Amino acid sequence: MTTTGIESWAVDLAEVGAIYPFQGTEWLWVIIGLATWIGWHVWCVNWEKSYHEEKIQQFGDKSKIEEALEED
Amino acid sequence: MGSNLDALTTVFTEFYYWLTVALMFLIHVGFCMYEVGASRRRNHMHTLMKNSMLIPLVTVTFFYFGWWIYWAFPNGPFINGGILWDDAAANSPISSTMGTNLGDRITGVFWAAFLLFSWTAASIVSGSVIERINSGAFWILAVVIGSGAWIIDAAWGWHYGGWMVQLLGYHDAYASGVIHAIAGGFALGVLVVLGPRIGKFAADGTPRNIRPHNSWMVCIGLFCIYTGFWGFYVACNVPIIDPGGIGGLITGETWTATTIYLTPTTLGAITVNFLMSLSGGMLAAFMVSKGDAFWTYSGGLAGIIAASAGNDIYHPIQAMIIGMVGAWVAYKMHHWVERRFKIDDAVGAVAVHGYAGFAGLIIAGFVLWGHPSSPYEGYASINPLGQFVGAIIMFFVLGFLPGWVVAKILHSFGLLRIPKQVELLGLDFRSTQEQRAATAEIREAQKSEI
Repeated sequence: MTTTGIESWAVDLAEVGAIYPFQGTEWLWVIIGLATWIGWHVWCVNWEKSYHEEKIQQFGDKSKIEEALEED
Repeated sequence: MGSNLDALTTVFTEFYYWLTVALMFLIHVGFCMYEVGASRRRNHMHTLMKNSMLIPLVTVTFFYFGWWIYWAFPNGPFINGGILWDDAAANSPISSTMGTNLGDRITGVFWAAFLLFSWTAASIVSGSVIERINSGAFWILAVVIGSGAWIIDAAWGWHYGGWMVQLLGYHDAYASGVIHAIAGGFALGVLVVLGPRIGKFAADGTPRNIRPHNSWMVCIGLFCIYTGFWGFYVACNVPIIDPGGIGGLITGETWTATTIYLTPTTLGAITVNFLMSLSGGMLAAFMVSKGDAFWTYSGGLAGIIAASAGNDIYHPIQAMIIGMVGAWVAYKMHHWVERRFKIDDAVGAVAVHGYAGFAGLIIAGFVLWGHPSSPYEGYASINPLGQFVGAIIMFFVLGFLPGWVVAKILHSFGLLRIPKQVELLGLDFRSTQEQRAATAEIREAQKSEI
């Protein structure tokens, strides 16, 4: 059993093509990758929103903003 | 060189390795920037010199015995045969092939590519121990890993005839284990003896975050390591070889690039997989660290490192997912080990290199299960158990154990750690004072001319 389709290197390389594991499941990998990518964006926009809201709650009053402007 | 084609192949190979060496210098530039950026202002110059001086020390010792070990010890020795005296003799410091020799244009550049791996192994350890180790002690440790432990592991598991490849089916094409897991394990062994920096842990054991003095510099240092990593990757390949040159089971006339094991791969495959595993690592690390720049960059490295064992064969999306797992493992393990065992790994080197490399080896065992580990007959194929045993050998046997033993010996002679007062004052205190005094003196002299 082999995941790559190559059992042994007793082959003529001119007759060998793809050697990556689990050939034939490319669509599954594409879907997993796509879900990961889209999922990352969804997570990111939500996280960033709550991150900014938290900052505003902590430091968003007028005096703290004025203080920050002085430091800049 | 018998024909023009032979000559072209030889000179191409010579130039190819030369180029990898020049690129790999950037890894060391990156490590220096990264370490100095992570250290506090009062320790800058010592931190820089601690890392820089491993260059001459590892270079000289690697010339004297490191390279010899690689060619002498593929059988253990005495695990799968004896010492390979003839192979080693051709790579000893007294061999004519180590000097200018018109009959051998490859040994020198191949030696240099391996040497740059040696620097990397030692440099990984360097970052984790900053601000409290004696430089002299570190340089001894650097030689032990740079010209000793790592090159033994390379002979065992990163050589076309290594016993781990033959008996375990060990596969680690771009060094998840043979550079990264071993260096991470070695660093952990040293850290256990060395102890944390003063103030790192609160009285109740809660870790405090000693922030890098210059986060920018740390991140650009990591960016330089990414860049140098290109050289590292291609240096792990044989750029072009004909089946007759391999002398294994492969038939036909098709020339190919191969891994260090002489198994066929392509430069295209490793280029795509490098980028996809880097991307997976950065995406996961950004997520798990909530946008922390240091960990996002480190996660990119962890991603590459985790996928490196099989990046000669993986599909790009597999490389990306494995990279994500590597970054997640590195981040979570770093913080768990820090809290649980009070280990102060200043730059997360044990996590990024050690844990991610270890995880990558295990994953490769499952994903590449059954793929031939070698073009030669009679070798075990890649399998999960062989990769697991290999990971243990890399991280614990040749990594943690030598690091811990040598650190213990240095500690018993009072050589390992700087005195407490010096740590509190800062390693650069004296030179900073002298500099200030000199500046004041010059200022006074200038004023007297008004």
